[in-house]
Amino acid sequence: MTARLQATTARRRSLGHRRALSGVMGALMWLAAILATLPLILLLFHLLREGASSIDLAFFTRLPKPVGEAGGGMAHAIVGTLILVGIAGAIGLPVGIGAGLYLAEQRGARLATSVRFLSDVLNGMPSIVMGIFAWHFLVRPVGHFSALAGGIALGAMMIPLVTRATEEMVRIVPTALREAALALGYPHWRTSVSIVLRTALPGIVTAALVAIARIAGETAPLLFTAFGNAWWSVRVDQPIAALPLQIYEYAKSPYDDWHRLAWAAALVLIGLVLIISLLARFVTRSRHGGVGD
Amino acid sequence: MKNDSRAATAARARISVRNLDARFGANRAVRDVSIDFPDGQVTAIIGPSGCGKSTLLRCLNRMHETVPTARVSGEVLLDGRDLYARGVNPIEVRRHIGMVFQRPTPFPTMSIRDNVAAGLRASSRDRPSRRREGEIVEESLRTAGLWDEVHERLKDSATALSGGQQQRLCIARAMATRPSVILLDEPTASLDPLSTQKVEELVHQLRGSVTVIIVTHNMQQAARVSDRTAFMLLGELVETAPTPEMFTTPSDPRTEAYITGRFG
Repeated sequence: MTARLQATTARRRSLGHRRALSGVMGALMWLAAILATLPLILLLFHLLREGASSIDLAFFTRLPKPVGEAGGGMAHAIVGTLILVGIAGAIGLPVGIGAGLYLAEQRGARLATSVRFLSDVLNGMPSIVMGIFAWHFLVRPVGHFSALAGGIALGAMMIPLVTRATEEMVRIVPTALREAALALGYPHWRTSVSIVLRTALPGIVTAALVAIARIAGETAPLLFTAFGNAWWSVRVDQPIAALPLQIYEYAKSPYDDWHRLAWAAALVLIGLVLIISLLARFVTRSRHGGVGD
Repeated sequence: MKNDSRAATAARARISVRNLDARFGANRAVRDVSIDFPDGQVTAIIGPSGCGKSTLLRCLNRMHETVPTARVSGEVLLDGRDLYARGVNPIEVRRHIGMVFQRPTPFPTMSIRDNVAAGLRASSRDRPSRRREGEIVEESLRTAGLWDEVHERLKDSATALSGGQQQRLCIARAMATRPSVILLDEPTASLDPLSTQKVEELVHQLRGSVTVIIVTHNMQQAARVSDRTAFMLLGELVETAPTPEMFTTPSDPRTEAYITGRFG
């Protein structure tokens, strides 16, 4: 009788103890979750406060004005960033997705192991090194800076990101699906493309977006390649302006109105990344369902 | 003389397996198996886990070789033609021999209709017109007993279906290319009793028009659905007999031990 009573009390005590522990842990996790998003919230808040007031239609349609003159915008840098990201994507996405598919399909092959390792090394490469590399091979021989060199430098940075993400996404496609397609008489390549890659596509798109967002804000590789341009230029063989370069340029200047413009440019850059994300998500969603080939 | 007798067997059998060995690296999963699968009949392959029954099945449509380190030797004759002969394209083989797996494998990115039509679209050659494709989809879904349940939502994702429906969808998908043989690898292992019953009824309906080979863990299922049963143990084929005979008067003591539940 007593023993039973004791056991019950012990259980009760341990239940209370467990409840308390659960409460503490829950609170800690809640706190960690808040802290994880805090930098983003602060950043957005600050950007909006500092930058929003400088954003108007002219910001998107005009070129910069000299110091002291009011107005002016960053149309050239916005377009420049779009062009650079476009070139980078045209290089980084097909190469990265192809390489990732190869790594996932030929898991154990010796070449795959080397490619995987080198891709990780490339991923860890400081972006400034990538810039020097691109300058050495793409700028120096030609004799002048160019948008193409900048786009290629960014594209090279994208490749390992897209490669490893694609590999991960393709790997989680169940083997059973691959086998089902093969058993239906799908050739190997068709199985890879229209079943495996297609099933992994939403994940790959997300990864591609993350990669684009990453490189859209890169400044270091552009310093020696795209260089920046105070004037309107859309030619890929000429120096071109870019938002990160413009932010860098304006932020280090001693002028208050240029500082404000730098904040505004930062806000626009983030907005641009957001729009790219939403657009690509929309595109993949509307494709969903009716793709059989 | 020997060739003549083989031709005679091949005439009655849709698929004849001769001295088949299948390996995974050094592991010999199927050992010197010879067996005939009669045309239009249902043959069940039973045996304990790891006895090589699934591997044998996967050799019949050349799926075994898709696994790295897998090797096959021996002959598999489909209507007298060796599927492992030089110059035979495994992709062609798989188009003539349908397969359904243990777990339902609908393609998650495709609609119900596209799933059924997937096999028809496997090659860009001899692809049916869109209208003809629609007819085949309906026929296949009717055969699989799924038409009434899904005809109003053919454009929905196949993953929205229940497990049993998904499995019948996979059977419809395998049937859409009108294979002469269909291989079922424990098709009801992941299904509830009611769905299992529906799949078994479907196997009954297929008898006569298609040669069905079903691997199953479940001896009652083998007894219910098959005309002939083959018993495998440790990679070897112990015996093959008409199903009633197999379950009442097996000739091999090992078969008797297995079906009376003494091991496995």
